[in-house]
Amino acid sequence: MARVVVNVPAEAKRGEVIEIRTLAGHPMETGFRRTQLGELIPRDIIRSLVCTYNGVEVFRADFHPAMAANPLLTFTTVAAESGTLEFRWTGDNGFSATQTAAIKVL
Amino acid sequence: MITRRAFLLLGVVGTAHAQLPPNIGEIRKKALDEAIRKVVGSNPVRQGRVKLDLPPLIDNGNTVPLSVEVQSPMTAADHVKAIHVFTEKNPQPYVLSAYLGPRAGRARIATRARIADTGIVTAIAQMSDGSFWSDSVKVIVTLSACLEEGLI
Amino acid sequence: MKFCTVILSALVAAVSHAGEIPSAERRSGYEFMSRETRAMQDDEVTGPAVLWLLDGEALWGKLGCAGCHGDAKASMKGVAARYPALVDGKLVSLEQQVRHKAPGLASESRELLALSAYVARQSKGMEIRIDEKTKPLMERGKDFFHRRQGQLNLACAQCHDDNWGKKLAGNTIPQAHPTGYPIYRLEWQTVGSLARRFRNCLTGMRAELYAPGSPEFVELELYLMWRARGMKLESPAVRP
Repeated sequence: MARVVVNVPAEAKRGEVIEIRTLAGHPMETGFRRTQLGELIPRDIIRSLVCTYNGVEVFRADFHPAMAANPLLTFTTVAAESGTLEFRWTGDNGFSATQTAAIKVL
Repeated sequence: MITRRAFLLLGVVGTAHAQLPPNIGEIRKKALDEAIRKVVGSNPVRQGRVKLDLPPLIDNGNTVPLSVEVQSPMTAADHVKAIHVFTEKNPQPYVLSAYLGPRAGRARIATRARIADTGIVTAIAQMSDGSFWSDSVKVIVTLSACLEEGLI
Repeated sequence: MKFCTVILSALVAAVSHAGEIPSAERRSGYEFMSRETRAMQDDEVTGPAVLWLLDGEALWGKLGCAGCHGDAKASMKGVAARYPALVDGKLVSLEQQVRHKAPGLASESRELLALSAYVARQSKGMEIRIDEKTKPLMERGKDFFHRRQGQLNLACAQCHDDNWGKKLAGNTIPQAHPTGYPIYRLEWQTVGSLARRFRNCLTGMRAELYAPGSPEFVELELYLMWRARGMKLESPAVRP
């Protein structure tokens, strides 16, 4: 599986808005580049990132070729309850990567 | 029977850095307008409430940090449903579409984009009440020196 | 035609006082970048090079480096800051030494770069310190740096000693200190070695491209590290 990084605070107060930082290792080949011989290099990108919180989707993003390689995405969520955040990246050519993070909500 | 001159010209045109059509500006503007229209439909887009942050002078267009923040209470009744980011001079105009909701707590996203050329980057926020708000930033993109493919 | 003559004479004039940058004026490439690019380097959680550090850490275990070297954080501290170095009488770069028990790791491969980045990271913040014994080889690197090469008949020193801080095609010319290698170069959209960066420079100069690991490159790296002595290592850095 590709290298991914997820940064979620280990603990938070109930109702606190927490920042989540994600990073995925992926070249994000745009589909617009050409080889030295002029051949088009086919598109190969991450298409989507979905974040679920104890099974409920709390964030979703569609990625396009204009996202940089090794895409970073930072967003926020309300620390509602203790549990698990799951992150799933999917993309072209069957690309799939997942990561989980536990959070304790006081 | 192809002349030597025509053959050489073909070689030049077909090389790695493919020639762009002369009306490329028009083509891209149309694609951008079309992309924005797909998101907002016939609704008006108002300037304000959205703050798009990215450096006005960019070291390298391959990786440009940007953030978007939208003023919103993020309650069930009044929140940001989505943030869309577009760029003017790339081969295609979409950068990112982020879908939020009241569980986000705050309407703020950050990422790194590819901005192909000096131009305008636009962020549009879609609110739960059906309104659309936007912010735009003009950026200058520089090329780094000493590249791998040489001939620039 | 007159314009060319003006440029040429300016370049000739420039090289006539080729001298080392005074110690007080030495600046890392970091200082020539925008605030936002610097922030990417400083981001130790989600900076782009972090992916290679994590891979490198995994490889350290998987390839058995830990068997002899134990915890890299302890055993590799200071290592990158004193390379290239003499090992068994031969001058080697950090990348060459990193694969000493894993010769199968290809030059510029993701694995080798990740491992090099991980090893180099353990010297972050430390001063570059090159062994005096390498001086004769350092002099060869110094000659390379000052020698005019390629179709433009340019020497590295002309840009990086004499004209640093000025603009070249919209970009600021840095001083060429290898304080952050291997780097995540935004232009490559990936991590790469100093040898790769040299090849980019030489391509720009329309000069001969030496192979990674060639004596020319290792000696040049040695000279540049000596020239940057006392400066702090930033590996893995981000550069445009």
